Parts: sequence; structure tokens; C-alpha cells
Amino acid sequence: MTRKMNGQGQGWGRRKVLKGAGVLAGAAVGSAIGAPTIWAQNNKNIVLRQCGTGVSAFNEIAEKAKADLGFTIQMTALDSDAVVQRVVTQPNSFDIGDIEYWMVKKVFPAKTLQAMDVKKIKLFDKIVPIFTTGKLKPDSVIAQGTAPHSVGFVEGKDSTKFAKGQTQWFTAIPTIYNADTLGIRPDLVGREITQWKDILDPKFKGKTSILNVPSIGIMDAAMICESAGIMKYADKGNMTKPEIDKTIEFLIKTKKDGQFRAFWKTFDESVNLMASGEVVIQSMWSPAVAAVRSKGIPCVYQPLKEGYRAWGGGLSLAKHLSGAQLDAAYDYVNWYMSGWVGGFLNRQGYYSAVLETAKANMTADEWGFWMEGKPAQKDIMSPQGKLMEKAGTVRDGGSFEARMGSVSCWNAVMDEDRYMVQKWNQFIAA
Amino acid sequence: MRRATAWVPYLQVTPLSLVFLLFLVVPIATIVVVSFFDYNTTEIIPTFLLQNYEELLFSPVTWQTYLQTLEFTVITWALTLLIGFTIAYYLAFYVRSATWQTVLFLVCTIPFWTSNIIRMISWIPFLGRNGLMNTALLHMGLIHQPLEFLLFSDFSVVLAYVHLYTLFMVVPIFNSMMRIDRSLLEAARDGGASGWQTLWNVIVPLAKPGIAIGSIFVVTIVMGDFVTVRLMSGGQTASVGLMMMNAMSLLQYPAAAANAVVLLLLVLMTVGVMMRLVDIRKEL
Repeated sequence: MTRKMNGQGQGWGRRKVLKGAGVLAGAAVGSAIGAPTIWAQNNKNIVLRQCGTGVSAFNEIAEKAKADLGFTIQMTALDSDAVVQRVVTQPNSFDIGDIEYWMVKKVFPAKTLQAMDVKKIKLFDKIVPIFTTGKLKPDSVIAQGTAPHSVGFVEGKDSTKFAKGQTQWFTAIPTIYNADTLGIRPDLVGREITQWKDILDPKFKGKTSILNVPSIGIMDAAMICESAGIMKYADKGNMTKPEIDKTIEFLIKTKKDGQFRAFWKTFDESVNLMASGEVVIQSMWSPAVAAVRSKGIPCVYQPLKEGYRAWGGGLSLAKHLSGAQLDAAYDYVNWYMSGWVGGFLNRQGYYSAVLETAKANMTADEWGFWMEGKPAQKDIMSPQGKLMEKAGTVRDGGSFEARMGSVSCWNAVMDEDRYMVQKWNQFIAA
Repeated sequence: MRRATAWVPYLQVTPLSLVFLLFLVVPIATIVVVSFFDYNTTEIIPTFLLQNYEELLFSPVTWQTYLQTLEFTVITWALTLLIGFTIAYYLAFYVRSATWQTVLFLVCTIPFWTSNIIRMISWIPFLGRNGLMNTALLHMGLIHQPLEFLLFSDFSVVLAYVHLYTLFMVVPIFNSMMRIDRSLLEAARDGGASGWQTLWNVIVPLAKPGIAIGSIFVVTIVMGDFVTVRLMSGGQTASVGLMMMNAMSLLQYPAAAANAVVLLLLVLMTVGVMMRLVDIRKEL
């Protein structure tokens, strides 16, 4: 689940204060020559501790926040299980929880987080509607699993009951989200890949892999099962015991037939399996596809007929925040959506909450490539200055609407979680 | 005078006892206590339940996994013993000069200058479908299809174990062999024993403590391992350690603790049996 570990811990030493003062002076100069927004800067002693899944814990964001807002964001990157545990059991050890939406369902009822007042969120109306109404376009069908909007609102300020519709109280402001699918080696598959069930092709015997993170792996398995016509699920994100049984039975049979080469658990394992040619088609995360390609090896994040499995994360506020700290947290959330971060995240192939402001922070070419599915005019660089795609390339899966518009299922936590893990262990042991 | 010194031995054992108490007894006691707790998705609930053990012991998956782990242990133990004994025998009895013994012994330890993980991971590009081994065999015309069983299989797991842990056999066996009085070997020969008879009736019995110590190392390490199995089997094979890790990653600590207690008992029993067979202390 840890797509990127990139944390930062900052203490308050003399040097840091001096450095902070320098940055402040820089920011003042910046605003004098016409930076668009001037944020309150009288809060420089405030430190907000953000703990999260590492996907969006970029040092650059903390540095830019320091420069723009004046206060310090300390980022700690953990794996998702550790985040859940920390949010629930150590509520005073963080101020902002950067959590995924399926976790919201798990941790919000533990009463360690507070809902946000949407009236204090300036760009609330501009947030991509996936997170508010659940529908990208008015006629979209809501995907299965823990769809973000379904855990996006609670009934009241101190309520932990998720509301059916929109209310004034929001649980988590979306930071980063994306649509996952299968990665393939176009040079080695030797046929067109169009559906999830294509991973079962006997031609690929011993050359496929799925991920060994039970809660996500089972969903990829469900996408494959459904595609192959083995069974149909009421909700792939919340299976019943018989559905789990049947899915695992199918997995065990496929494993015994020798269809799989390996099961991967970490990002680098998936990259190595693909790059070395051990597998030619497997579950993958988009940065892993980019990593394989950066070695000069062809790899495609293949869009499939049945749609994507999507995931998303958001910022939520710790219960104990109040006064100036709470104000700072709202400032941070508003700043997060004001564009710079959006552009930064979009330029790495993720999606951000408010597209309008992000667009203003990207070049027309970048916007065309990442968001509109147009061929890149020039080489596409990452925010860190690394070549990501050569000129002329089109993004796999195309535009934002084409990708996020065909989400079939969101990452989820099942009611039968405990049972599912037992069965998953059985599959691995088989 | 005697009275004043009576407490000195106690004082002398105090530091080590404290270390053991703090870093061995307390953690293990905690694990035992937690193994009786209840849990749900987000919290551990202190109570007294046998459910964790029931779920563990009545599940066929557990038995399958323990059997798999034992199988790995036995195969690895046999292979490391065979290879380790041979190397130690060669070093102790064939290499005559003490200098060369030391040099060759150091050569054995060279791989251990790098980390465990690196030594294991290095096998992956070597054994893979397009790895060095398969490429070489294909070029020599010995095979026409890459050998798939080389990597991500039980074979690769055992290979990594043997590679990683043979030295744990070599060192204690070599040590035992060096203590064998050479005149015993001469006496055996004078008595008309053949080379094999000397080996079996003189050297093996006298090297037993070393064999036992080496066996304890190998058996305990392999039974508790999870990372070798996961990496070398490509996640396709289970081990007891992996089962615990899966449970922990979902915050099911009590379930993992129960499993840890069961594994600990099994390892203790195995070691107990070995100690019964060989009196290690006699030889140390």
C-alpha cells in the first residue's frame, strides 16, 4: 500500500527558525512582486503534524507550505495499516491525518477526528464531484466499494454517522486519487489486452502476478472473476462470505494450474517482476509503470473494458485541534486546493481535488497530456525535473474523464474483513 | 572475609539477569498475555479468550503451513549438515598448516560481510527466466526452454536457506573437530579401522556437540523465517512467520501472538529433543 515513502520530520532548532525567517523574507519579496495570494503569516510558531500513507507526503509540499503559509508542516509517512492504528490509538500524536477513503470508514467512528465545516472551505464548490455527489458527471453510475462521497459527510458537527447526502460537515478533503488497472509488457504479450480476464489466457501461464495485499488483491481478483463470467458480485468492495469463498476457490485453482509467477507486496517487487520479464501482465500501480518505462522497457498501463479500481486519499483534522491551530489547519486545507499542490500532483500522474486551480499551475501542454489525453507536444517532465514521457506520447487510458469516468470499484474495507484475511492466507498457503 | 564476598557472585550475574529479564522474559510474557486478548478492526481488547488459539489450531491452513515450514526446516537442516560437515572435515583434517586453516576459514566467512538480504536477492537475477543461469544453459544448448522451477519455487527457497545458513553449521562443527585429540585417530588406524570406520565411530561422536549447536542455529532460524520464503517463493509459499506478518499488517496482534506462542513451543520442543540427544555442556 505504500506507494511512495518520502517522509520528513522537522524539529524546531535555531537553524530551522533562522531558515524559516529567511523563507519568510523571500515570501514577502515574492508577494511584493505580485504573487496571486498572500496568506496570513502571523502564525509561524505553529507546527502541524501530518501523518499519512506516504503517497502524498512530498517534502516539496511541506516546503512550499512553509513558504506560503508561514507555519511548519511535519510529514510522517507510514504504511496504511500503521496510519489506521495511529489515528485510532494515538489521537494526540498528529494534527492532520492524510488517510485513504476506505480508512475513513474504519477510523472516523473511533471519534478521534473532527468533521470540517464546509463553509470555511473556500473552494468547496469546485471540488471534483466524485467526492461530493459521487458522480463525475450527472449521468455517471456510482462505483462499487467505499466510494469517497459515501464516507465524505457526517450528520452533524460531532456525529460519526455518515450522512446519505451532502451536509455541512465534511470528513476528509481529497488530496490525491487515481485509477488502477493491469500493467502489461506490450512487447511480450503478443496479443491485444482488452479485459481483466485476459490475465487468465493460457498463453500467459506462469507469467502473471497479482498483488499480495489482501484487501486490494481480493478486489483485483474479483474484477478478474467477474470479467471471466465466473460470478457476479453485488458489491466487490463488500463481499459476502459465499462470495469470498468462491473468489478464493477460483484463486487457488488458478494458482494450482500454475498461472501465476509470483505475488508481489511492495512497489519495487512489481517493478522488478515486470522489468525482468518474469511476468508480462500483472496488477500494478501507475508510478510503478512509470518506473519500468524509465528503464527504457516498454510497459503500458492498459485500460480495460470493465473499468478501473480506484483509490483516493484525503486530509482530515484531529479531534484535539482548536483555536489558532485549527485555523491554521483550515488555512492549510484551503492552500492545498489553491492550485500549486494540484499542479504538483497532476504532473506526476495523480489527480487533485480542484482541477480549475491546478490547471493554472500547469502549462497548456502538461494539462493537455495529463488531463485531456492529448499527445505531448514537448517532453513531459516530473516536478523533480526527471523525464517522464517523450514528446508525442499519449497517456495510457487517455483523459481524466475517460479514466475517472470508468471506475468500476473503489478500494474498500469489507464487513467480513477478518474472514477474508483468513481465506487469503489459505490461498497463499495452498 | 568469606561473608563479605558471598554476595559478589550475585552482583556479577545481576547485569546479565537484568538484561534477560528486560529483553527476553518481559517481551515473551507480553506476547503470551496478548495472545489471549480479543480484537476487532481497530483495537485490541484486554480480556481472556481462547478464541485465537481455537481459530489457529482448528484451521487446516495452520497445519498445512506448519508442515510446509517443517519440510523446509528438515531439508535445509539435512543439506546444511552434509555440506557443513564436509567443509569442516576438510578444514580440520585435510588442511595441515594452521595458517591455511585460518585463511580458508576466513574465506568461508567472506559472503557474510554483506547483508543477509543482499545475498538472498542476488539469486533473483541469477535464477530468473532471463537470468544468468538460464541464459547460459540456453546458449550451451543444454536446454531449449528456460527452466521455470529455478526461481519463485520451493527449490529457490531451499537454495537460499542453504546458502545463507551453512556457515552456522561449519563453525561449531569445525570447532568441535579441532578439539579432537589427534592421537585418537592414530589409535583407530593402529587398531585397524578403515577411514569410514574412523569417521563414523570416532569423529562423528566427538563432533556431536558441534553438530547439535549448528543444528539448533539452523532449525531455529529457518522455523522463524519469513523474508526468505516471501522473496524467494515470490509470495507463492506460506510460512509460519508470514502468517504472523499477514495478521499483524491487519492489526490482528492477538492472532499473531497466539501463533508466535505456538511456534515458540514447537521450537523449544525441537531444541529440547536435540539437547537430550547430545549433552552440549559437557563439551563446551
